[in-house]
Amino acid sequence: MSGEVLALRSVTKTYPTTPPVHALGGVSFDIASGELLAVVGPSGSGKSTLLHIMGTLDRPTSGDVVIAGHNVSHLSDRDLSSLRSRHIGFVFQQFFLLSGYTALDNVADGLLYTGMALADRRERATEALRRVGLAHRSSHVATTLSGGERQRVAIARALVGRPSIVLADEPTGNLDTKTSDAIVGLLEELNAEGSTIIVITHNREIAEAMPRSIGLRDGIIEYDTAGMPVS
Amino acid sequence: MSVDPRQHNEDQADLLPSKLHGADVLRTAVVGLRTRKLRAALSALGIMIGIASMVAVLGLSESSKSELLAQLDRLGTNLLTVQAGTGIGRGSGELPEDAAAMIARIGPVEVTSVVSTVDGANVFRTDFIPEGQTGGISVQAVSPDLLDTLGGTVAEGRFLDAASSTYPATVLGSVAAERLGVATVAGTQLVWLGDQWFTVIGILDQFELSPDLDRAALVGLAAAEKYLGDDNVPTAIYVRAEPAAIDAVMGVLAATANPETPEEVEVDRPSDALEAREAADDAFTALFLGLGGVALLVGGVGIANVMVISVLERRSEIGLRRALGATKRHVASQFLGEALLLASVGGVGGVMVGYAVTWAWATWRGWGVLVPPIAAVGGIGAAIAIGAVAGLYPAVRAARMSPTEALRIG
Repeated sequence: MSGEVLALRSVTKTYPTTPPVHALGGVSFDIASGELLAVVGPSGSGKSTLLHIMGTLDRPTSGDVVIAGHNVSHLSDRDLSSLRSRHIGFVFQQFFLLSGYTALDNVADGLLYTGMALADRRERATEALRRVGLAHRSSHVATTLSGGERQRVAIARALVGRPSIVLADEPTGNLDTKTSDAIVGLLEELNAEGSTIIVITHNREIAEAMPRSIGLRDGIIEYDTAGMPVS
Repeated sequence: MSVDPRQHNEDQADLLPSKLHGADVLRTAVVGLRTRKLRAALSALGIMIGIASMVAVLGLSESSKSELLAQLDRLGTNLLTVQAGTGIGRGSGELPEDAAAMIARIGPVEVTSVVSTVDGANVFRTDFIPEGQTGGISVQAVSPDLLDTLGGTVAEGRFLDAASSTYPATVLGSVAAERLGVATVAGTQLVWLGDQWFTVIGILDQFELSPDLDRAALVGLAAAEKYLGDDNVPTAIYVRAEPAAIDAVMGVLAATANPETPEEVEVDRPSDALEAREAADDAFTALFLGLGGVALLVGGVGIANVMVISVLERRSEIGLRRALGATKRHVASQFLGEALLLASVGGVGGVMVGYAVTWAWATWRGWGVLVPPIAAVGGIGAAIAIGAVAGLYPAVRAARMSPTEALRIG
C-alpha cells in the first residue's frame, strides 16, 4: 500500500492571544501510507499544535491539511468528527482510558461513533487486544492495569478502527525505560503490518530509531529525514 | 500531493457520518453514573424526595378524601339537628313539647328522634365520688330509635328498647364509658346516676356526626321522667329527611319546631362539618404539593450542580470522545442522558417511596390506599422534565468545549 495519507501545505497556526503566539510558521510535508515516523522537538516547538492539526482537533490559521483524500478546510465540524472516527487513531501520553470500563470496552469504544453494533465492536476489540498481547486482560477494569498495559489498551483502541493514520502523542512519556522499549517495539511491529504511525515526541533517542523523523523548532521544520538513507 | 479546492464535494462523498445509537447513549450514561455511585445516588435522592413527597401528599389526600366520602356515604348527608338556642335573646334551651310531632309532619321527613337533657343529673362510678367530679358527662333522655336515626353502633351490650327505657338502665357514650372506667357490661355494671343506681346495659361506639352524645349517659324518656323527675321537654331533635329535599326541609325546620319564636331554634347539618374538613384538607394538599414542588426544584438544582462539576472533572474524557469521533451533539447527548437517567431513577424511586408512605399511613389509619395514577405518571414525567432542564446547560457546556483545550487540561 502506498500513496499519501496525510499532506500538510504551508500550515500556520497563530493563537489570537495578546501578544499573538505563532505556534506553526508554514509547515509542509507528506506522509505516505505505511510510514512510521517521529515528529521530534523540544517543548514549545509546536509539536502539540501540529498533533492537534494533523488530528483535526484544531484547524490551521492558513494552509491546507489533506487526510485520506479529504481537505480538512472544506469539512464542517461534524464531518471532521466523521473523519476522526474512521481515519484517525489517537494514542495519548496519559492513556485516557475510561476508568469504569474493562480493557475490552475501552478498546471497543474506539468504534463507538462509527455506528457499528456493540457485539461487532467487541469482536473487533478482542482481536485488537490479542494483537497488542493483552487478550488475557480483556475483562479487567482499566484502573487495575499497569502503565504499560494501559498504553497497550490505548494503542489497541487507536488501531481497532483500522485508521489511515495513528497519532501517538508522547506514547512512552509516562512509562519506564523497559516498558517504553516494549511499546516502541509494538509500534514498529504494527507498522510492519501496514499501519501508518506518527509518533510525536521530545525524545531524540526514540526519534532516531524511527525510519523517518521530522525535527521541529519554533514552529518550523528544522529537518526531515525523508528520502535520506536510514542509518 | 496537490491540493485542489474543487475537491470539496468528493471530500464528503465517501465520509460516512459519525453515529451514536440510542442504546449506546444509555449504556454510556449508566457506566458514567456507576463510576460515581455516591454522587449519583445523592443527586437522585434529591429528586426522589421531591417526587416522593408529592406522590405521598396526593396519595394521602386522595385516600383520606375517599375515606371521608365513604364515611359521608355511610352516615348519610340527610341528618339534621334541631336544637334549642341558649343565651340572652337566643331562647330558654328548650323546644316546645310537641316540636318532634310537628317536625314529623313535614312531608320529606323520614324519622325524628328526641333528646332531652336531664337537668341537674350527673353520673358517677360510685356513690362515694364527690358531687363536683362530674367528669363532664351529661345525662340525656332519648327515644329508642335514636341509634338508627344517627347511624350509631353498639360496641358492647345493647341499646335502649321499649322495655329498658322504663327501667333504671343506661347506655354510655364511648367517652363517658372511658371516663367512668366502664369497659364492659358483663356481669352487672352499676353507675350512680341522679342519686340512684342505674344498670349499664350497653356501651356505644363513637358517634361520627354527633360527638356530644359520646360524652353522655343515655336513659329512656320514661325512666328519666320516673326516676329523675325529667319533664321530657326536648332539647334536641335529630331528623332524617329525603336527601333530595334536604335544603327545603332545613328551611322550614326552625319555624315548624317553634312557630312562636323560630329565631330561638338552631338547625345544623352535621355532615357539613365533614365536608368542611374535606375542603380544609384540599387547602393543605395544595400547600404540601407546593412544598413538594420546591423540594423537586432543589433536587433539580442538585442535578444541575452535579452535572456541571462532572463536566469540569471529565474534560479529558470529553476530549478523548471528540478524538474518537464524537460530534458535539454526541457529547451533549451523553451528558443529557446522564442527567435524564439520574432524574428518572430519582423519579421512579420517588413514586415507589410515595406509594410506600401512602400505604403505611393509610393502613395505619385504616383507610383504603388510593394513589391517583396521575401522581405516578406525573411524578416520573416531572422528574424527567426537571432532569432535562437541569442537564441541558451542562450538556451544552460539554459540547462546546474545545477538544484541544479538553485534552490539554486532562
